[in-house]
Amino acid sequence: MSKRIDVKDLNVYYGDFLAVEDVSINIEAKSVTAFIGPSGCGKSTFLRTLNRMHEVIPGARVEGEVLLDGDNLYGPGVDPVTVRSQIGMVFQRPNPFPTMSIRDNVLAGVKLNNKKISKGEADVLVERSLKGANLWNEVKDRLEKPGSGLSGGQQQRLCIARAIAVEPQVILMDEPCSALDPISTLAIEDLINELKDQYTVVIVTHNMQQAARVSDKTAFFNIAGTGKPGKLIEYGDTHTIFSNPVQKATEDYVSGRFG
Amino acid sequence: MTSTVSPVRSKRSALTKGQLPKYAPYAVLAAALIVGAAILALVGFNAFGWGVVSAILFAIGLVSWSAAVEGSRKAKDRLATCLVVGSFLVALLPLVSVIWTVLVNGIPGLLNPGFLTNSMNGVTGAFDNKAVDSGGPVLGGIYHALLGTVQITLLATVISVPVGLLTAIYLVEYGNDGRLARAITFFVDVMTGIPSIVAGLFAAAFFFVVVGPGTKTGAVAAVALSVLMIPVVVRSSEEMLKIVPNELREAAYALGVRKWRTILKVVIPTAISGIASGVTLAIARVIGETAPILVTAGFATSINTNVFGGWMASLPTFIYTQILNPTSPSNPDPSSQRAWGAALVLIILVMVLNLVARLVARIFAPKTGR
Repeated sequence: MSKRIDVKDLNVYYGDFLAVEDVSINIEAKSVTAFIGPSGCGKSTFLRTLNRMHEVIPGARVEGEVLLDGDNLYGPGVDPVTVRSQIGMVFQRPNPFPTMSIRDNVLAGVKLNNKKISKGEADVLVERSLKGANLWNEVKDRLEKPGSGLSGGQQQRLCIARAIAVEPQVILMDEPCSALDPISTLAIEDLINELKDQYTVVIVTHNMQQAARVSDKTAFFNIAGTGKPGKLIEYGDTHTIFSNPVQKATEDYVSGRFG
Repeated sequence: MTSTVSPVRSKRSALTKGQLPKYAPYAVLAAALIVGAAILALVGFNAFGWGVVSAILFAIGLVSWSAAVEGSRKAKDRLATCLVVGSFLVALLPLVSVIWTVLVNGIPGLLNPGFLTNSMNGVTGAFDNKAVDSGGPVLGGIYHALLGTVQITLLATVISVPVGLLTAIYLVEYGNDGRLARAITFFVDVMTGIPSIVAGLFAAAFFFVVVGPGTKTGAVAAVALSVLMIPVVVRSSEEMLKIVPNELREAAYALGVRKWRTILKVVIPTAISGIASGVTLAIARVIGETAPILVTAGFATSINTNVFGGWMASLPTFIYTQILNPTSPSNPDPSSQRAWGAALVLIILVMVLNLVARLVARIFAPKTGR
């Protein structure tokens, strides 16, 4: 239940502005891949092109191919909604739906699409998803309470539970811990380690220790300067990137001598 | 006021300046009222002048005392406070005056038996003359007008809310600030400024062309009111939809939810409390309109439950006709009593609608309990 992603010569534009230039990368199934790099280097933009979420921003478009197990996400006639139901996403700030209970938040992907689901199946799905997000024990007695009453870390795990409830192939995470305290961060990192048994996980992070802790492979993005497009500088095993990088820029960045 | 020696004065440090005692404003106020009364007594006493003169004296007195003791910064602060409070009182004055007048004049009419349950059908000048001459009961009531107001406003709401809400959804979710969206925004703003009589004439002319000459029904009035209501609904719903965080839309998209379902199931439920209270306030805004109803629904004296046929009374037009054309021209008092009663009912209706708006906003607001 997880697929690989192959990106070929991808350019991302906002209107006429080239934001990310010529990225080619192969993301393995059932692995954790981390994107690191300075702010504004296009790693979040690139992440969003992996499930066509960038299209929400007016004027954003791409050139190139993104293959999900060989199927081009940008092929003619591909419905972005289908893409997104296969490739889930967790955002920087926890964003549970404020009008829904914890249980309904988990079931949002099913209920908002008006799929019929029996109460028994729903109960099973809620329990499995919340257990998958390591949140079940904390919320099992208050599933009918609003999701916005949880702490920030719990809300973020609720969002992860919501994402895995639709059973995607790939989960994209855009700085999922940047708004959280160290303990909640640890809980999410443990969770990422468990998620990779079933899912392909791609995570954007500003925290290099986090990238080193959770990822199997790391991609370093950089920009030459303001107004220039972001580029993929180096991609390889996390261990190699952090201990023995090929590029000078990568070494400078991971050792903290840069920016 | 008990005047105690301020303890601050005894232990003055290098960090404090002089301070006015706590009772200073009250003392100045008392002095200003007395001096004001004395001045007014010289030129002829009246309550309004007393208030104005006292307020000016109070401001001058307090600010100059403060300047002498506390320094110029504190004095400016007190001057600003005086101006703010003064403006507030000036703004409040008409409101209190209106409510007081309507209460005093309206309660006798409202307490009249049958006022809320009878229409004016069959009530002629002869009854009013009799009521004045021999002190009998004032007959007739506002039931027909109340019923008309409720029907016309309800129909106007039924027309305006879907149109207004859908327009707002287009502007926020689909317009992308394009040419059409900007044109709509502009014309909605223009519509906000349309004089209500023009809206009434539009509806009358529209039905003249479509149905035939002289068409005056509740439905025509409802169309006229919707012309006034739609821009208000669009504006308030647009603002409410705009403040729904984009993150919630993205969260729904990322779950593979289609755009229209996202709007229907996530965006609108999140904004519904604001939308509902905006709609209620729009209703309160049009329920007191007189001119457009006068030219579109006419004025009836009997109960009409069919909003699509026949002339229909409403509270504002009822007030208007009772004052301008009293039922008994020689004894207008019973008519004016009925008009004041109707005015009181109208104000109560608007107030209740405002309370309902708050209640609705609270009921629909997203819960944050733990």
